[in-house]
Amino acid sequence: MPDLGLEVLWKGKNFARLLGGLWVALRISLISAGISVLAGILLGIAASRKRSVSSVVLRIWLSVIHVMPQMVLLFLMYFGTTRAFGWNLSGEAAAVIVFSLWGTAEMADLVRGAVTSIPVIQRESVEALGLKPGQIYRWIILPQAVRRLIPLSINLITRMIKTTSLVTLLGVVEILKVAQQIIEANRKASPNAAFGVYLTVFVMYYLACRPLSLAAKKLEKQWR
Amino acid sequence: MEWDYIEKVLPLYGKAAWLTLRTGTAGILLAALTGLLCAAALHWRVPVLRWITSAYVEISRNTPLLVQLFFIYYGLPKIGIRTDPETCGIAGLAFLGGSYMTEAFRSGVEAVDRIQEESALSLGLTRLQAFLHVIFPQAAAISAPAFMANVIFLMKETSVFSAVSLMDLMFTAKDQIGLYYRTTESLFLLVSAYLLILLPLSLLGSLLERRLRHAGFGT
Repeated sequence: MPDLGLEVLWKGKNFARLLGGLWVALRISLISAGISVLAGILLGIAASRKRSVSSVVLRIWLSVIHVMPQMVLLFLMYFGTTRAFGWNLSGEAAAVIVFSLWGTAEMADLVRGAVTSIPVIQRESVEALGLKPGQIYRWIILPQAVRRLIPLSINLITRMIKTTSLVTLLGVVEILKVAQQIIEANRKASPNAAFGVYLTVFVMYYLACRPLSLAAKKLEKQWR
Repeated sequence: MEWDYIEKVLPLYGKAAWLTLRTGTAGILLAALTGLLCAAALHWRVPVLRWITSAYVEISRNTPLLVQLFFIYYGLPKIGIRTDPETCGIAGLAFLGGSYMTEAFRSGVEAVDRIQEESALSLGLTRLQAFLHVIFPQAAAISAPAFMANVIFLMKETSVFSAVSLMDLMFTAKDQIGLYYRTTESLFLLVSAYLLILLPLSLLGSLLERRLRHAGFGT
């Protein structure tokens, strides 16, 4: 049995530190996801009207986000805006801003898709029955749209958690950075720590994302 | 913005863009191959292989590429599997992309009605003929948009390769910012280079999607 460097995990507070690092990453993605879901619903409903200003804004916003890698957007925010406007932005704040901008556009697109996929005849029928626009949304559109949306937005959150791993390249001390520190500190005592520690990071990410993607898959099947 | 400086470092970015393009293409091709094999294993319900495939898809889809790369580049050498940065990048991209490609191909094959294969078989075609002449053309048309979306997604994912010390576009830009504080010029070059690579792909994707929309045979 080769030395897999797993013993490092049980030394001192190493395992707890890794979990703490995971929490830093999860916190960034959960804050961004929260902002994205709220702002995305508002923008998406506004953009579901054809030929509205918000639908044009959303389309341009989406095409920027679809073409540029997340890493480039992070760089633009972290190095670019600090240079251009002279403010000080922590890596964590830059990440939350970029992920929220990205998530809002994606979420808005999902909401727009879900709202417009409901046949126009439904809206027209209840309009004829005398319901006001607010009531139409409350009783007819939202209940149907939400069912389509929930699995899709869970997938978006899973993607966001995975993308958050990039913030280590902006110098944020999250799980990968903590892993590096642990490996560095134990270089002498356990030279094979890189295997065990990175494997643990791998498994931790899997355990964080797997329940979400499983839930999304299940709901998608159930509500189809 | 100083154009003299831009002119001076342009070859550097050209080299980096070429590296991104080269490793990206190699990784995507390997991912497509992996996807085809996995989709075949799932479609024909090959015993054992299909369990391995499902497990692989789950693991690959639920972990970030950066973590996969760190494990391949820094972790695996400890048990004797050593890779140079470029091989590591390509392998990582193939590992991540394989599962996305599997899903794209599998959904295409599944969208073709079972009765088509049965009809083809009853007309006397062999299983292979039925697949090649009846199932595959339709499945390919259905899979194409998802396939293109994956290609673009994977090309964008190459932007984390700098983490395993590949001198790609991100690496070059960060290096230049750190060395000479040329933030504006570096970011301008970075965005331009990625636009040059990704915009044609993205346009090709939407073109393909529009043309293949007519190819849904009774679906």
